[in-house]
Amino acid sequence: MTTRMDNRFAALKAEGRPALITYFMGGDPDFDTSLAIMKALPGAGADVIELGMPFSDPMADGPAIQLAGQRALKAGQTLAKTLELAKLFRQTDNETPIVLMGYYNPIYIYGVEKFLDDALACGIDGLIVVDLPAEMDDELCIPALEKGINFIRLATPTTDDKRLPKVLKNSSGFVYYVSMNGITGSALPDPSLVSGAVNRIKSHTDLPVCVGFGVKTADHAKAIGAAADGVVVGTAIVAQVAGSLTKDGAATGDTVSAVATFVRGLATGVHAARLVAAE
Amino acid sequence: MNQAATPNSFRSGPDEDGRFGIYGGRFVAETLMPLILDLQDEWEKAKTDPEFQAELASLGTHYIGRPSPLYFAERLTEELGGAKIYFKREELNHTGSHKINNCIGQILLAKRMGKTRIIAETGAGQHGVASATVAARFGLPCIVYMGATDVERQAPNVFRMRLLGAEVVPVTAGSGTLKDAMNEALRDWVTNVDDTYYLIGTAAGPHPYPEMVRDFQAVIGTEARQQILEAEGRLPDVVIAAVGGGSNAIGIFHPFLDDPSVKIVGVEAGGKGLQGEEHCASITAGSPGVLHGNRTYLLQDGDGQIKEGHSISAGLDYPGIGPEHSWLADTGRAEYVPIMDHEALEAFQTLTRLEGIIPALEPSHALAEVIKRAPKMGKDEIILMNLSGRGDKDIFTVAKILGMEM
Repeated sequence: MTTRMDNRFAALKAEGRPALITYFMGGDPDFDTSLAIMKALPGAGADVIELGMPFSDPMADGPAIQLAGQRALKAGQTLAKTLELAKLFRQTDNETPIVLMGYYNPIYIYGVEKFLDDALACGIDGLIVVDLPAEMDDELCIPALEKGINFIRLATPTTDDKRLPKVLKNSSGFVYYVSMNGITGSALPDPSLVSGAVNRIKSHTDLPVCVGFGVKTADHAKAIGAAADGVVVGTAIVAQVAGSLTKDGAATGDTVSAVATFVRGLATGVHAARLVAAE
Repeated sequence: MNQAATPNSFRSGPDEDGRFGIYGGRFVAETLMPLILDLQDEWEKAKTDPEFQAELASLGTHYIGRPSPLYFAERLTEELGGAKIYFKREELNHTGSHKINNCIGQILLAKRMGKTRIIAETGAGQHGVASATVAARFGLPCIVYMGATDVERQAPNVFRMRLLGAEVVPVTAGSGTLKDAMNEALRDWVTNVDDTYYLIGTAAGPHPYPEMVRDFQAVIGTEARQQILEAEGRLPDVVIAAVGGGSNAIGIFHPFLDDPSVKIVGVEAGGKGLQGEEHCASITAGSPGVLHGNRTYLLQDGDGQIKEGHSISAGLDYPGIGPEHSWLADTGRAEYVPIMDHEALEAFQTLTRLEGIIPALEPSHALAEVIKRAPKMGKDEIILMNLSGRGDKDIFTVAKILGMEM
């Protein structure tokens, strides 16, 4: 396995605070701007980066991430270019773990073996592939683990105790708990329910459990971070990108700074999370 | 093309993981996994439950009007001067197409599972109408997702669905056609997992849908096989059906798959020609990929992004195809050929004038292939075609293309 992920979670554990995991869409609104966004994330407080791979038919995503993917594809983004983003990012940052997130078909068409080799060479640490449940582990999960790339699995409220061991079996890096049934960008669930779910998953695994779906503000991040090993924010970041664009969807001078400022706010929330837990 | 080994039977699939060769599978988000496993359990039980089968058969007889007739198209046969042409008259079913066969089966399952809300996707609106119909019959609320583009071009079916009490939700995401409607239905399902049943309209999607929809539609081929044996004392030489997602085709094909003397031909929408982008010939001009829960032939670009299809017939306007068809194509058991928009349109008019039957534009594609083949065959040979839907819904489209005033 690549070591950046485990190192990062070990360091955060020593620090006594949860991770801030930030998602953005590769190539949104264009290649260069998304590279600048990616480079700005660690400085703004992101501990782990989720790099979105755009897909024409994102079945588990809400409108914000759907539109981000469409902007990226329109600007000419491809899976090869998304890997290129990671490679360029690694020239200046060899510590921050990068997780690719998206759907299977572009990877399948790229070729699984070639994709894994190229991903490793570009400094990718993990994969989240929404439409590959545990039943499909032979497709990509097992080959990825063999190459040393983490396969991060989603667990959801429908993943009951009977099913959890199957879901966790080939998981590595961390477990991504999707805090509600639904698409990305829905409303924040009750933090107390989230805390119960996180503890349920923790009784089955030693992996860090990170929570996402619905986290939009520093206060949300603080509340969720109190219960989890990490907080994932995606839609709200993508919305910052969208809000900064011209009406034709082009980047402006504010695009990168809007994201960075927003992530700094989230980081403040996440850093305060364990103080809440200790109260 | 991926050449698969010839199996002992072409009727034994899928395997326990829902695969037909390399096709099919369960490529869905974790949230949906427990749901499709539940559905599979319930379907396994229902298949062998005499009470379920009896209710299905009774509704088939009294509500749908089964068995549908097998009709010898005498004037068309004479006109073409070759093989004898028989139609399986699925267009005479309640709601005017084969879609109702599947909807009745699935709504009985939904009821068994205690689900209280039905969602469906639709392209041309035939599946939406059939879903709204069975939802009305069983008193369940029904939400139909339909691409905004299709809502506009299929206004009469939108009105029918609303009359039947369904809520039609126009989908503006993506390009506003069938694949986007299916994405949106999946998003609804992922959000409303406890009470909602997703009534998929074609033999595609995650396992067990392709198998289940096929089994509900196989009544077409089972009846036709018996009817042709009664009428002719032998099996047909060729069975032909139009393929979009492929439920009417797999329904008539499946009972004939292990009869080696019977040639199986699926007709894809060739649109405006296979050279450009404006067609829906997933097998003839596409490549294997993963979309909407299954691996199958898809129209896609070199980066794995799904392309928009085009067909004169909204019911064939889908960039994929059911996984069993992909497998039948690779094994060579079935042949898939394209028919262009203008050929289908011509066949539509031919049948209307010669037999007094207005076919839907979907089976008009199959008919165009019949018209090509029959003259080259002997008079003692037999073609069986699935006349899967009636053309009332298409008269506006046809009038527009022919420049006729309504």
